[in-house]
Amino acid sequence: MKTFCHCNNHYGLENSSIILFMQNIQRNCGYLPEDELKRLADNTGTPLMDIYSIATFYKSFKLEPQGEHTITVCTGTACHLRGSGEVFEEMAAVLGVGSGGGTSEDGKYTLEKVNCLGACALAPLIVIDGHYHGNVTPGKAREMIEEHYK
Amino acid sequence: MVILFGFTLNGFEVLAWENMSILEVAGFYGIEIPTLCFMEGLSPYGGCRLCLVEVGPVGKSRLVTSCTYPAREGIEVRTHSQKVLQQRRMLLELYVAACPSSKWLQDLASKHHVTEVRFKPKGEECILCGRCVRMCREQMMGEAIGYVDRGTQRRITTPFDKKSEDCRLCGGCMYVCPVCQLRCQGPKEESTLCSSCLNLYPPCAEKFEEVMCYMDPCAACELEKG
Repeated sequence: MKTFCHCNNHYGLENSSIILFMQNIQRNCGYLPEDELKRLADNTGTPLMDIYSIATFYKSFKLEPQGEHTITVCTGTACHLRGSGEVFEEMAAVLGVGSGGGTSEDGKYTLEKVNCLGACALAPLIVIDGHYHGNVTPGKAREMIEEHYK
Repeated sequence: MVILFGFTLNGFEVLAWENMSILEVAGFYGIEIPTLCFMEGLSPYGGCRLCLVEVGPVGKSRLVTSCTYPAREGIEVRTHSQKVLQQRRMLLELYVAACPSSKWLQDLASKHHVTEVRFKPKGEECILCGRCVRMCREQMMGEAIGYVDRGTQRRITTPFDKKSEDCRLCGGCMYVCPVCQLRCQGPKEESTLCSSCLNLYPPCAEKFEEVMCYMDPCAACELEKG
């Protein structure tokens, strides 16, 4: 697995580039493992506390291992009004994750909510591995998971 | 070279050096501004908002935190105007509602004549003043604790919520914490606001800090019980 050391040459060892390092770790590992963050702290001289603060401040940084596929359900105002709540519940039931989202037991899927994806005309909207699907209903959502990924 | 300049503090012309905060100047001239997150030897944070002062001419003024606001030539500052006092009392009311068990906050509330708390008591264990974080970092060179998460979830903890390797168990964080010290366990302990000190004259929080309030239970509570 590629680790943080590979990117040393790309960005200087400065405090201001700490987010770039963290994004790199997340790109390579899928999330931010504890020992990688500790190594980052040792190598850059930035306190581990600061790195952990940043990791928890930004929602896009994950501290838990993520599933192979990521499913994002938009819960913005437009999507909410057009029933993204039901879509999310259906997804959670199909994947067997809690009402707050999370990773399925087999480690295949991660379900998460996001506040707005900026494509409100397509509401309700879900994103599966970077592909946008608009006008989703709970039935369609179930089909999508069952057909494409199982 | 030290540059001296003048500005108006509560209607008086005062002098200050460059890079002095309003709080420092006021302290120098003997004007007491209450503080909570500010501590000498630590960098100013401006998080508790208790040191608010009014800056600017009447009608065009705004409230700023005096611990982080640098004194500048010609500004007009009022440290105890009606607007400021009102805001401070409101803040203290909120603080007491958040942490009714803290002696520090109860004393401050008594001192500023907060007589009622209109908010639901929460019983939290931290008011996020950040004293411990700065103590650890700036005086103890520890960097073991810090802020985690954001918004309403924000809290102070160690990395990964585990025992930190940087922590030397010096106890500095607890020493400076305004919430760790519990209020007296008198007969009125269940109420949100103690304010028993207000029944005594002069108020004990101000005059007999070490004599009465450290007694367990405090003299004011005992008097009330009869």
